Amino acid sequence: MTGQYYPILLEALQVIIVLLGAPLLVGWVRMVKCWTQGRRSAGLLQPLRDISKFLVKDTVLAHNASWIFTATPYVVFGATLVAGAIIPVVSADLPLAATADIIALVAIFAVARFFTALAGLDVGTAFGGMGTSREMMVSSLAEPAVLMSVFTVSLVSHSTSLSYMVHDITTVSFVLRPSLAFALLAFVLIAIAETGRIPVDNPSTHLELTMIHEAMILEYSGRHLALIEWASMMKLFLFASLGISLFMPWGIAGIDDPGMIPVALVALTAKLALLGVGLVLVETGLSKMRIFRVAEFLGMAFLLATLGMLSYFILE
Amino acid sequence: MPSPFDLVSASIVAFLFISLVSAFLARHQRFLVNFSSLLSAAACLLAATGGFLAVLSGGVEAFVLPIGLPDLPFYMRLDALSGFFVTLVGLLGFFVSIYSAGYLRGFLDRRSVAPLIVFCNIFMAGMILVLIADDAYFFMVSWELMAVSSFFLVFFEDEQVQNRRAAFIYILIAHIGAILILLSFGIMAGFATGFESFRGYTFEAMRSAEMPAVWASIVFIAAFLGFAAKAGVIPLHVWLPEAHPAAPSNISALMSGVMLKTAIYGILRVGFDLASEPQWWWGGMVLVFGLFSAVLGILYALMQDDIKRLLAYSSVENIGITLIAVGLAMIFAYVKMNTLAALAMAAALYHMLNHAVFKGLLFMGAGAVLHATHERSMEGLGGLIHKMKWTAPLFLVGCLAASGLPPFNGFVSEWLIFQSFLLTPALPGRLLNLLIPLGAAALALAAALSARGFVKVFGITFLGQWRGKAGFEAVEVNWPMRAAMMMAAASCLALGVFPTHVIGWLDSVPQSLVGGGIGMTARASGWLWLTPVASERASYSAPLVFFFIAFVIGAIYLAFKARRVNVRRAPMWDCGFEKVTPRMQYTATSMSMPTRRIFGFVFSIKESVRAVARQGSLFFPEKYIYHLKVRDRVWNYLYKPVSEASFYFARRVGKLQHGRIQIYLLYSFVTLVVLLVFA
Repeated sequence: MTGQYYPILLEALQVIIVLLGAPLLVGWVRMVKCWTQGRRSAGLLQPLRDISKFLVKDTVLAHNASWIFTATPYVVFGATLVAGAIIPVVSADLPLAATADIIALVAIFAVARFFTALAGLDVGTAFGGMGTSREMMVSSLAEPAVLMSVFTVSLVSHSTSLSYMVHDITTVSFVLRPSLAFALLAFVLIAIAETGRIPVDNPSTHLELTMIHEAMILEYSGRHLALIEWASMMKLFLFASLGISLFMPWGIAGIDDPGMIPVALVALTAKLALLGVGLVLVETGLSKMRIFRVAEFLGMAFLLATLGMLSYFILE
Repeated sequence: MPSPFDLVSASIVAFLFISLVSAFLARHQRFLVNFSSLLSAAACLLAATGGFLAVLSGGVEAFVLPIGLPDLPFYMRLDALSGFFVTLVGLLGFFVSIYSAGYLRGFLDRRSVAPLIVFCNIFMAGMILVLIADDAYFFMVSWELMAVSSFFLVFFEDEQVQNRRAAFIYILIAHIGAILILLSFGIMAGFATGFESFRGYTFEAMRSAEMPAVWASIVFIAAFLGFAAKAGVIPLHVWLPEAHPAAPSNISALMSGVMLKTAIYGILRVGFDLASEPQWWWGGMVLVFGLFSAVLGILYALMQDDIKRLLAYSSVENIGITLIAVGLAMIFAYVKMNTLAALAMAAALYHMLNHAVFKGLLFMGAGAVLHATHERSMEGLGGLIHKMKWTAPLFLVGCLAASGLPPFNGFVSEWLIFQSFLLTPALPGRLLNLLIPLGAAALALAAALSARGFVKVFGITFLGQWRGKAGFEAVEVNWPMRAAMMMAAASCLALGVFPTHVIGWLDSVPQSLVGGGIGMTARASGWLWLTPVASERASYSAPLVFFFIAFVIGAIYLAFKARRVNVRRAPMWDCGFEKVTPRMQYTATSMSMPTRRIFGFVFSIKESVRAVARQGSLFFPEKYIYHLKVRDRVWNYLYKPVSEASFYFARRVGKLQHGRIQIYLLYSFVTLVVLLVFA
């Protein structure tokens, strides 16, 4: 039978979903955004067309760029793809999910960010340094909040392994837990910050007063830019699917249940589409915050996440 | 086949021998550097092997040395705990000895390196003696040997006033700590055999001492504070950021990498081995001190622009992280959860091992930068990655490890500590239950902030453009320095990729201290998988993660490299401004500005901007002068009042002294009369 190949097939399917789903999700978000703002959209496939265009263009490096600058796109893309290979998206029975648990997952994202931040400083422009400084400020508050939020879920499911966490939440009957409510709220706030969306950062601006992520990658072009852009699309996709897997995994294919995968795909698409609409509503309704208000925003997320864990220890 | 104890004692004899011979070789400086480095490296290898074997076998070897005071021989003992720390000293000592062969050449034309080598070898011997001492008397002698020899090492470049000041603060706080440790041993000895006999001074007698709970707590608090002063736990840390940068870089590596660990050894020895009647709040107290040190340590580190000061503060943070794990182990041991206690203990030990290696590497890297540029402040550095093609990637490895990023070693120990937090069941006592989530939160914050700090160190020092004097060309350092850093970096990677082997090795230490181990369960699913308790609770496969990241990066690189696309070099984007200079780059101070603003309440910040007007004009300033001073609040609130008060009393007491013999005779006479009347 195909039993022995099933894990490999599943892993391959997962990687393909992450690679292609990410630009589609971003395309969908941009499309809905255009509709809500009364503009005509460029279509669902525009991000994919952007990436393929960047890939064939020449690459321009600054005179002062070192190997850190050229290595960063590959490290960022590679780390994000590895993260994509361990978050259960369509099936809880993901073979690679056991290699790195949720703490390692957060750390793998941190590797990508560490290198992006270094690349921002590498050329020696004021913009790059500004982006790095701001990004590290955001991340130094967001990362502990992510950890605290996912810790609460892992305490509830008695595991830090993503497969087991998803499995536990889908199989145990649904109970409304105060700790999970806090964790979810915190997670939503941080996901916005981590993926660089309004009101924390704006992915479509190049205004020096406001940009964070874009400031770090300002010097990139050609295939380097393609890799970085693609990685940041994957990051959005992965945070969305991580949120789905941790807080509303219903519909995901369980362990030893390959028949459910088509259903899981449909469920995933529907949930992501809904999340995309939610994201657009937030982005259209709010304006970007001043940079030092972000600290308060993230501090609040951190407190909420800590409250979630506290309430697990005190109440449950 | 020599026993582990033979190897360790041979290394001590070797260190003392090198030190003695070096004192006579001061005329042959160049020969002295090579000779002592080579022999020290060999002695370090002996010690490391001995310690390694002692941990591996888990056995206990004791020995009595019939010297010292009459009827008070020196007791010595090498068990798994001592063996672990001896390995640490030997391992880092080995790297640093090789490094010194290159580093000390930098001093050759400037000053004699003989005192440095003499005291460095005494220092190494002192550290190992502290670890194998098995009675209070010998322990204190070795402790002083270590403290005083390191004082002279900090004092080495004594022409600078701040180095002399640093050494003074260091020796002062070290002795306040030593007094507390002595007190704690005294109480234990007193309860062991009563105050009539001296027999209680051995650790063996203290182990069996029966103590009321109150006295046991006093013993533990005194010992903890005493050792905490040496470990640099906040608020007793003020000497550390002064002394570590003042010492030559090879010594800073040893002080930060292993000397601080001997203090943790003391805490473990007293807390788990000697003191009886542990109380539930001991672990909580250690945990809270650890939390404050971890978070405040890294926040202070972020504010520094001197590389070595920043690394020193980062040591405060890492000692804090270690204490968090030690505190957890104490809590779990108190409620008799042996497996969890073993997990937390293994995490603490692993973190110390990791910190020794990566902080050693970072200090050696900072030393290399100093050697090449003679500049310690990051504000005058930049762009070194183009000049120091070896040092830069090696330093980057250290930064990645210190930020706790996979696949390097810092991540594994942080992962283990997080696992011990997450596996905590409901504990008896509200306060403990409250501490666990808060502790996890603080640890997460410290870990994330340390990544911020190390982006700054690496980014400002090695990336961007040169900020210092125009026309200065830095050159790569000599090969012994590079070789030592390379070995340390390789250890960082190896310790990060093969954690199951390391945990299997050090398992005998928790076995002997808390009566439980995680060696079996950690390797239950094979050497690829690190599963602290059970694979469905948590698993991490460091080799696979490393392999996958490397594979994916390699595959993408090849896939994109295969297509021929033009790569052009061009000037950087200047927004059409055309006059971009290196001065417009972000600096260390501006990098940390957001943190200064968010966490400003933690520091005492003095900031001033002054405009200097152009001659004859009021409105167009020629330049701005920005002045920033960030200090520990601890210094202002805790140390300044004490030091001012002691100066005040010293002045008062000083009034007794007039320098006239008649008055002093009068004092003696009055004292005699008083004694005769009241005696």
